[in-house]
Amino acid sequence: MKYRAGQRVRVAARPHEGHHRTPGYVKGKTGSVERVHASFPNPETRAYGRDGLPKQPLYLVGFAQRDLWPDSRGHPGDRIYVDVFEHWLEVAE
Amino acid sequence: MSDHDHGHSHTPITNGDEPAAAARARALEELLVEKGVIGREDVRQRIDWLVSRSPADGARLVARAWVDPEFKERLLADARAAALELGLDPGPSPVVVAVENTQAVHHMVVCTLCSCYPKALLGPPPDWYKSLPYRSRAVSDPRGVLTEFGVELDDDVELRVLDSTADIRYLVIPRRPTSSEGMSEEELAALVTRDSMIGVAQPAAPAPGGVLSRQG
Repeated sequence: MKYRAGQRVRVAARPHEGHHRTPGYVKGKTGSVERVHASFPNPETRAYGRDGLPKQPLYLVGFAQRDLWPDSRGHPGDRIYVDVFEHWLEVAE
Repeated sequence: MSDHDHGHSHTPITNGDEPAAAARARALEELLVEKGVIGREDVRQRIDWLVSRSPADGARLVARAWVDPEFKERLLADARAAALELGLDPGPSPVVVAVENTQAVHHMVVCTLCSCYPKALLGPPPDWYKSLPYRSRAVSDPRGVLTEFGVELDDDVELRVLDSTADIRYLVIPRRPTSSEGMSEEELAALVTRDSMIGVAQPAAPAPGGVLSRQG
């Protein structure tokens, strides 16, 4: 597990051909690790009949609603949490 | 219709005006069976399992959490283990996470990429959960979505939206209704609706006088 709870991380902004589970609305966005879940088979290869190994660590990453949608109304503490695999995360300063 | 080697043609059993997606799913199933990837019995068993699930199981977890603070801690720490403790089937997901709504924090769940949902504990997801408007607006305008579902959050309540994009399944523990003191665990479970465990509704209100008349 490369990241720990509380650490600031950025979701890679790279495009990806084919099946993947990183939603476009968080690509390039910075948030913080809320939970370190466990490791799971990689859906990007498993979707094509392969075994998905090696498993990839999965994290729950929290983003400020206003960092994703600057016009959003509501409480400044409103947050969106997304499960993101480790190979989509980068260290953020 | 493709050629068959067993002497008859299959006329699909449909309701007449089947949507394109259903026809596509049927064609995929035919191909996968033909190629031996899955068997018809597998498909039937999965469907039987799915329709046998219901929100009553999730409601049992919530009601127990409402009456037993130590159980609630175990549920928040490991919802899969907590479900097994009550003899419930937590489903195939290795990790099930329960989150608690409080006076200060409200959670709601979406799967923006498809329709990930804790089916084992809540049954089949509602159609709106799988719809594009819910999947997009639950993250871009969650307070607006909640208003449409009839949930008005106070301005000082923090809203947390969980987008279940991968292997984890999320279940919301809604707030116990204030007027539910003295109700049994079974009576409480009847207040816990499916939508309240997705986080787009509050639990049902106890019937006025219900507790009093039961006591009387």
